[in-house]
Amino acid sequence: MSPESVLVLHHVSKQYVMGEATLDALKDINLSIYRNEYVAFIGPSGSGKSTLMNIVGCLDKPTSGEYILNGTPVAQLDDNALARIRNREIGFIFQNFNLLGRANALHNVMQPLIYRGTPLSERKRMATQTLQSVGLGDRLQHLPNQLSGGQRQRVAIARALVGKPSILLADEPTGNLDSSTSRDVMAMFDELHRHGHTIIVVTHDQNIANHCRRVVQLMDGQVLSDTANAIEGEPQEALRRV
Amino acid sequence: MYTLMESVRSAFQAIRAHALRSFLTMLGIVIGVMAVIAVVSLIQGFSNSVTSEFKGMGANTLTIQSYLPRKDRLAGKIAKVTPDDLLAIQHDVSGISGLSPILPVGRFYGTVKYRNQTTNSQILGTTPNFALNNGQYPDRGRFITPDDDLHHHHVAVIGITLIKKLHLPADPLGQYIQISGQWFKVVGVLHPRGQILGFDLDNRIIIPYGTALSLQGAATVPNIGIQLNINNGKQTDAVVERITQILRRSHHLKPGQDNDFKIQTPTQLLGTFTSVLNSITVILGGIVAISLLVGGIGIMNIMLVSVTERTREIGIMKSLGARRHDILMQFLVEAVTLALIGGVIGVLLGYGIGMLVAHAVPQFRSAYVPWWAVALAFGFSGGVGVLFGIAPAAKAAALDPIEALRYE
Repeated sequence: MSPESVLVLHHVSKQYVMGEATLDALKDINLSIYRNEYVAFIGPSGSGKSTLMNIVGCLDKPTSGEYILNGTPVAQLDDNALARIRNREIGFIFQNFNLLGRANALHNVMQPLIYRGTPLSERKRMATQTLQSVGLGDRLQHLPNQLSGGQRQRVAIARALVGKPSILLADEPTGNLDSSTSRDVMAMFDELHRHGHTIIVVTHDQNIANHCRRVVQLMDGQVLSDTANAIEGEPQEALRRV
Repeated sequence: MYTLMESVRSAFQAIRAHALRSFLTMLGIVIGVMAVIAVVSLIQGFSNSVTSEFKGMGANTLTIQSYLPRKDRLAGKIAKVTPDDLLAIQHDVSGISGLSPILPVGRFYGTVKYRNQTTNSQILGTTPNFALNNGQYPDRGRFITPDDDLHHHHVAVIGITLIKKLHLPADPLGQYIQISGQWFKVVGVLHPRGQILGFDLDNRIIIPYGTALSLQGAATVPNIGIQLNINNGKQTDAVVERITQILRRSHHLKPGQDNDFKIQTPTQLLGTFTSVLNSITVILGGIVAISLLVGGIGIMNIMLVSVTERTREIGIMKSLGARRHDILMQFLVEAVTLALIGGVIGVLLGYGIGMLVAHAVPQFRSAYVPWWAVALAFGFSGGVGVLFGIAPAAKAAALDPIEALRYE
């Protein structure tokens, strides 16, 4: 294992028991992701990419196999330790933004810092700075419903970034955005990658995947292909639909 | 600590976001606490005024009265403390002073006339010591004198209520009123004392004991009350013991037979009264506690709805790294905040109602809210918040983050 690896999945399987039937959501996944990688998990719905994302994001545990995050085997951790990892190591970005509706942009971005006990003034400073870095310095007091879709997703990105996590984990980050806003958001991811962030994007959209340097294609709970993207940001029409 | 402060902030935010719903949820607690405070303030205010009334009597004053248990009374037995008992105590008990008999004219109230006006009043035949023992002195004129008693003078000291009821002149001294068919000259007006529990303390006439005895005639032995002062407070027990001996002997009570009289100190009288009031407070408090429980169930109900509504929010917070106890704390704080706001409103309204009732109904002189009632009301509403908030909060904390995030 390279010392550079952020996460390692070792024979990871996930089964869901539904009454009599057992559903294999993931079958024997082996995967390593290194620092400053820009990876896409791509596949149609039911391919297991969401399950994989939940396991990588420590929202879920594998049925069998090993998941090592920053050298720590996750399987042995209890609820609180998992919460701590989600808080410090993972920055989630969701398709539907998942902002807290009653809280303004600033409070949304401050929220993860509350759980690590950052003092209020420090929290405010960090959140303001992060919001400014995503271009929302003039929208601090706006509630989510006063912001456009693109602005909401940028608040969500700021919230994911504010805790300086090891991995940014984006689940269909452009799924609810129009094409021009999507391009803006992806440009932001490209920029973050250039600044050294490790980014995993879960998508079914090849155009989005093409932004990434590495594409892991999933099908029926297995890795179908794991390829490096040669050309930066150039769409490859041939792979449009799997 | 930060999370607690954040929980409080977030609780206020959530309560404000559903202002009407939050208010309706609190209403149960508001009404419960309001009822506690109103009831307690009135009872305590009442109790205070009665206590100050008792304090008018000397601390070492004993009261002796005939007493029979209810079942003996129903069996037709009669108990009396007689003028002979008075003489016996006077001769045989040492260390006492201010001995004073009290003989009511009529069973409880007697009839009084002035010109064409007739009314009922408490009429007590007693001696000058009565004024001293009960702290009751005339504002105008004089009290009865030993001479009045000795010579059975037909004189009366009246309470101010009688001036009104009998249409006496504003200065009634020297007027004649008729009691039991005999004329009495008004020689004094008592200092006003007000009312207790609808009982007018100023509707009272005091006449000389000797005169009252002669009004009753010689046919029946009168039943009197006796008041006396103990010179040295440390001898109270010994004096009570001695009087008990004398009365048991003169009443021919066999060993093992219960006393047919009662010897009470003001402290005892006050104690009896206080214990009655306390049980009333406890019973009313119990009833009110039930309404607080109902209020608590209201809070639990709404909190459960709120947890379901905010499932997604809980999922988001968990994905951001909230631990179980962060979520638990947030919802618990919200429930407690709801309950405490209800408590504050309830205390204010309850106090207001107490004051209003005290002003409107003269028997309750003034409302008084003791600090323990406020503390209890807050403690109880906070407790209700915790008790009924814990289940919804635990439900929220136990939610699976993936399920919660998927919740629409």
